[in-house]
Amino acid sequence: MPRLSRFAVLFVALPLAFGACKKKKPDVVPTASAPPTVETARPPAAKPVDPPPPPAAMGESEAAITTRLRAVILETVYFEYDSDLIRADAQTMLEKKVPLLNANPTVKLQIAGHCDNRGTDAYNLALGRRRAEQVKRFLTDRGVDASRIETISFGSERPAVQGEGEDVWSRNRRDEFTITAGGSVLKQP
Amino acid sequence: MNAPFCHRFLHAAARPARVRAACSVRRILLACSTGIASVLLATPASAQQPPIDGVTIDGVYRRGDKVKVMVDFVKGTNGDSITEILSRDLRYSDRYDVLPAGAAPGLTGAMNYALFAQLGAQGVVEASVLPSGTLHIELHDVNRKLMMQKQDFLLPGQPTNKDWRLAVHGASDQIELWISGQRGIAQSRIAYVRDNRIWIVDSDGANAGPVNSRGILPSWTPNGRSLVYNVVGDDASPVMLMDVATGALKNLTNGRSTAAQDYAACVTYDGRTMLFTRNMPTGTDLYSMPLDGGTPQRLTSGRGKASQSPTPSPDGLRMAFSSDRAGKQDIYVADIDGSNVELLTHGGAGESNWRDNPDWSPDGRFVAYQSGVPPAFQIMTVNVRDQTTKFVTGDGKNIDPSWAPDSRHMVIASARNSLTQQLWVVDAQTGSARQLTRGSLPRMPSWSRRLTGTP
Repeated sequence: MPRLSRFAVLFVALPLAFGACKKKKPDVVPTASAPPTVETARPPAAKPVDPPPPPAAMGESEAAITTRLRAVILETVYFEYDSDLIRADAQTMLEKKVPLLNANPTVKLQIAGHCDNRGTDAYNLALGRRRAEQVKRFLTDRGVDASRIETISFGSERPAVQGEGEDVWSRNRRDEFTITAGGSVLKQP
Repeated sequence: MNAPFCHRFLHAAARPARVRAACSVRRILLACSTGIASVLLATPASAQQPPIDGVTIDGVYRRGDKVKVMVDFVKGTNGDSITEILSRDLRYSDRYDVLPAGAAPGLTGAMNYALFAQLGAQGVVEASVLPSGTLHIELHDVNRKLMMQKQDFLLPGQPTNKDWRLAVHGASDQIELWISGQRGIAQSRIAYVRDNRIWIVDSDGANAGPVNSRGILPSWTPNGRSLVYNVVGDDASPVMLMDVATGALKNLTNGRSTAAQDYAACVTYDGRTMLFTRNMPTGTDLYSMPLDGGTPQRLTSGRGKASQSPTPSPDGLRMAFSSDRAGKQDIYVADIDGSNVELLTHGGAGESNWRDNPDWSPDGRFVAYQSGVPPAFQIMTVNVRDQTTKFVTGDGKNIDPSWAPDSRHMVIASARNSLTQQLWVVDAQTGSARQLTRGSLPRMPSWSRRLTGTP
């Protein structure tokens, strides 16, 4: 953790030291300087605070860390039409959740599967359950204890977006995550 | 007991056709044929049935053959409302040509049968509200110049009372029994879902309103007093039993397994057993349990494939359900204990292999279901005996069929005529449809059995 924090301080402080950052000023007093080669090596589009979230900065409050990590755990994953297979983008997203869940073993999760409004209501209740179970399996295969995860299906009963058309449907075919216990304070792995 | 009256009535009604000149017969046949044509196309077998001995050809009730009935102005308090309800109920049954009451002069004293005959009526309903509020109804056979039936119907309360309307519908249904030998279906209600609450509406579209705070997929118990439905909740998803009159709730399945989600329940015709769908981490299967409590028994073993949406046969021996066990969703039948599973639906022209929401007709002959016909769903029926299928709808999006007690009409959720989805009542024999609901999105309709009992 201390090592990470030092790295983070460097990471955040660099743009400040060279005046390259127009973002809101962090609460961190710059304490280190670094050779300019490090700065030029960074991709120009990289932002110090926006996604992907950087490791915790020294002085980042416990609450801020928890908020940041929770957002990763709760990030919704999406599915193809009439499918419970985990897409590549969903896999990337889930792989980010795994270390966080393993570092916070008291966290319990509910995974809720949802469907678009095609198919029938009953069929969608079954499909939503399969979507939730697939993601649960993905997490438990990577070390998350099965007893920490419950699954539920809402079928097409609770669309994220109202309406018709592929854009709407694609945003409704999803698994949503809810932390049901142990989420008040989250630790960075 | 009423069947003889029916035959005598129809026989008598048809007599003028025999005695009149040939041109009259032709005219009548022509008038009938236009109405029957579409039915004949759909059900060629019925047209080939030979006439029944002792009854004239016009006297035999056949599909599309409509008796001409007039509901005369009902006399007494609330007479106008009753006239309207009786006329509309008879019209909605799709078995009668209901002549406008306005065509008849106000009657005093004896029935002027000659006048009614001139107006084209074969049967006339004469009714009056007695001082106690009781509805007295007579059915007259115009051609025989006879009163065929009469009965007093108790009407509870006032027209604003839901049970008052239901009782008038009961009178309509009795009139139909007198005329055709088959009781009408006006005295029944349809449960459905709107805004994630259970609503109930009378068969004629009156008295629509919510009866609980949340729930989906309602289904009536056979006595029409209760509904089973399920709640899709964050914490638990049980099947509930609700007494419609009192609102009393009973949680039928909750607490048996925290991982279970239970839905799409129905009750067998003897009222004793509930069939439902249980969604577990291991899969989705059909279960049954006694309606008054007990341990759920698993009926199917999907091994990862879903079996759901059960519907019982009226004889209590079998059930139909949907399953994706062979790939796409399809309709299957099985014994009521889950054994002897057979595929019921086979693909037809213009029909994709995706079917769901089966509903077994009360007469046991058909299973209605929705079938994927890109880009939408259409309602189809399959004959249980020979597995022939038939389209009931062809335009728009049509889903969630539920049979009426007469096994002829059904209520469906339909987006048609450029309207958003509403509930429609469709005559499965002719395809004619009437809109049942208005307002924000209704879905998942379930038609009760006849509600003949006094509430």
